Amino acid sequence: MYVGEDPLFGLMNRIGKPVDGHRPFPRYRTTPGGWRTLVESLGGNTLSVVGLWGEPAAVHVALREELSGDVVVVSLDCPNGHFPSLSAVRPSVIRLERTACDLFGLVADGAVDPRPWLDHGAWGVTHPLAVPPGPAPAEPQRYPFLKTEGEGLHQIPVGPVHAGIIEPGHFRFTANGETVARLEQRLGYVHKGIEGLMAGRTVGDAARLAARISGDATVAHSLAFARAVEAALGVAVPPRAVWLRGVMAELERLANHLGDIGAICNDAAFAFMLAEMGRLREAVLLTNDAVFGHRLLMDRVVPGGVSVDLPDDGGKRILELVAELRRRFPPLVAIYESKASLQDRTVGTGIVSIRLVSRFGTGGYVGRASGRGQDARRTPGYAPYDDLDFEIPVLTAGDVNARVWVRIREVEQSLSLLEQMIRRMPGVPRDSHGRTPLPRVDLPAGAGEGMALVESFRGEIMTWVRLADDGTVARCHPRDPSWFQWPLLEAAIEGNIVADFPLCNKSFNGSYSGHDL
Amino acid sequence: MLKHIWAALTGGPVTTDAPPLDADALVQLRDAELAGRLDAAAHRRLGRSLSIRAVDAGSCNGCELEIHAVNNPIYDLERFGIRFVASPRHADVLLVTGPVTRNMAEALRRTWDATPDPKWVVACGDCACTGGVFAGSYACVGPVESVIPVDLTLPGCPPPPRVLLAGLLALLESSAEPLSAIAPPAGRQGHSRP
Ligand code: SF4
Repeated sequence: MYVGEDPLFGLMNRIGKPVDGHRPFPRYRTTPGGWRTLVESLGGNTLSVVGLWGEPAAVHVALREELSGDVVVVSLDCPNGHFPSLSAVRPSVIRLERTACDLFGLVADGAVDPRPWLDHGAWGVTHPLAVPPGPAPAEPQRYPFLKTEGEGLHQIPVGPVHAGIIEPGHFRFTANGETVARLEQRLGYVHKGIEGLMAGRTVGDAARLAARISGDATVAHSLAFARAVEAALGVAVPPRAVWLRGVMAELERLANHLGDIGAICNDAAFAFMLAEMGRLREAVLLTNDAVFGHRLLMDRVVPGGVSVDLPDDGGKRILELVAELRRRFPPLVAIYESKASLQDRTVGTGIVSIRLVSRFGTGGYVGRASGRGQDARRTPGYAPYDDLDFEIPVLTAGDVNARVWVRIREVEQSLSLLEQMIRRMPGVPRDSHGRTPLPRVDLPAGAGEGMALVESFRGEIMTWVRLADDGTVARCHPRDPSWFQWPLLEAAIEGNIVADFPLCNKSFNGSYSGHDL
Repeated sequence: MLKHIWAALTGGPVTTDAPPLDADALVQLRDAELAGRLDAAAHRRLGRSLSIRAVDAGSCNGCELEIHAVNNPIYDLERFGIRFVASPRHADVLLVTGPVTRNMAEALRRTWDATPDPKWVVACGDCACTGGVFAGSYACVGPVESVIPVDLTLPGCPPPPRVLLAGLLALLESSAEPLSAIAPPAGRQGHSRP
């Protein structure tokens, strides 16, 4: 029987048994045979991989049925530390499987690429999250880069310390004259061991770590962690907290998109735009600071609700910001559109095909610029977005220009969302002392498993959490959208000139920290 | 676009006033000198200009966002003669962020080796100062000073642009004259230099 067309839940019922207490999406435990059936199904196009992560003796994969948007988690116990690899049918999991091996010593049998990924041999320990961890590596290993052979090829190694004010990573170009024949990335330099640090911490302490997974997406990562914890405990947060979270998330999206648009133009040698967008971005950050008390909104979204409420004039200030950006942003867009020298650099550069974004399940502006419209705010959707009007811009050109335009359109949408949310913000009843309490509920201590999908400015974050009986975090896996975007940068640059790499890279703006964890 | 440029030319500068020098930073720099790490004669040689090389040694990228912000037209670090350079070989100052991951420790050490003397190291952000929330991880070495000598710490998560600016201005001041000659910055409040 051909299983590729099986609806997701039909497949799950055949290969797995539901696990109790996993919310809001179901989790199924399967057998090695069931896992192999799953590998076969992944050969088709109906499912996409949302995440893959390890535990000391188990591996989990989160899947989405593209058509219905249904999400499930499938788990396989691996008492001997082995599981059949998914990488041959799904290249998007190659790096995730390598990571599961680095951190837990789980070996993916038949893996396309068995090299280490985050482990550079410097930790003084191997498989740090396995029970027990492995011994320190004997000898520093040389990392074997992929071979590129051919006449007239030369290599350009770049990084980990780059020339600009950016995060560290290593890029190895093989070029034929000006043209890039292959780019190979090596990441992991900013691996901080966040998953290891979270284990055993209270939810509050782990939330501070979640807020620092990727500083530019601190609201989104905090929100994903908070919602996963709230799902695990079955807690509903006050409506006002839900709406304030939405406001913060859109302010974050706005600030990042404005910064990115300026930075992309700057890498095409159009510094004017960097300066102008820098001013707009600063206007957002100043408002953040005035209204919520932190420029990047760190630690403002917490499990149970939010840690600050709007001051009396907060709504007014945000509406003023929206009005100011509505006035100042469109003329700059008109300039972007009308400069032939700029268009010459961005149009047709760094093309990513729809085939690749579908295969990798790539989201965010990278996916949406190449025709894949997935946005977690819509599918599976979450409050308050299910109650708001907004569009998800989707383009098909897949080049740097399309990634700029998706951001431009999303800035416009975020402005409209902010306006809607401020105007319709639910209030909080005063308590018996006449004070308005903070929209936040206390969390019960208890065990549970939860998962959340949250749309950051960069794309979809998946956070999975298991809480122990005493309410501490037993295991948390936050999967940044960059995992499914970085590999496509290797494809985007192929056939382009080396000088266009900064431009392509900036148009992706992958997070090193979010990826390396 | 011409309209835009005209508006920018006639609208006056958007740049904010310089913040007062960071008094705590001056004390730290003086301590560094007393400890023999900085030499006053070297300070004078630099004049009123500093070249900075930013090194991310494992940050969450929050600190980088604010370092970018000090370069925007609002804070405009370059008006003080402080600029970011692309190579450690051109730098007087290493501005280091992050809890120094083990995977970056070697690269940080090599960057420091490649920076010519005299050089300053500024630890930027809580992570670089103390290890921050990442202290104690198997993957982090800890504060920057456990890898290379640090002259100035700028705490904050992340330090906002005004704090960065005040700290870097203190460094510029102290490098323009012998550190021991620096009085507390009382008279300099709100003072803005060309
Ligand atoms: S100090 Fe804060 S903002 Fe800076 S790198 Fe550390 S966690 Fe990120």
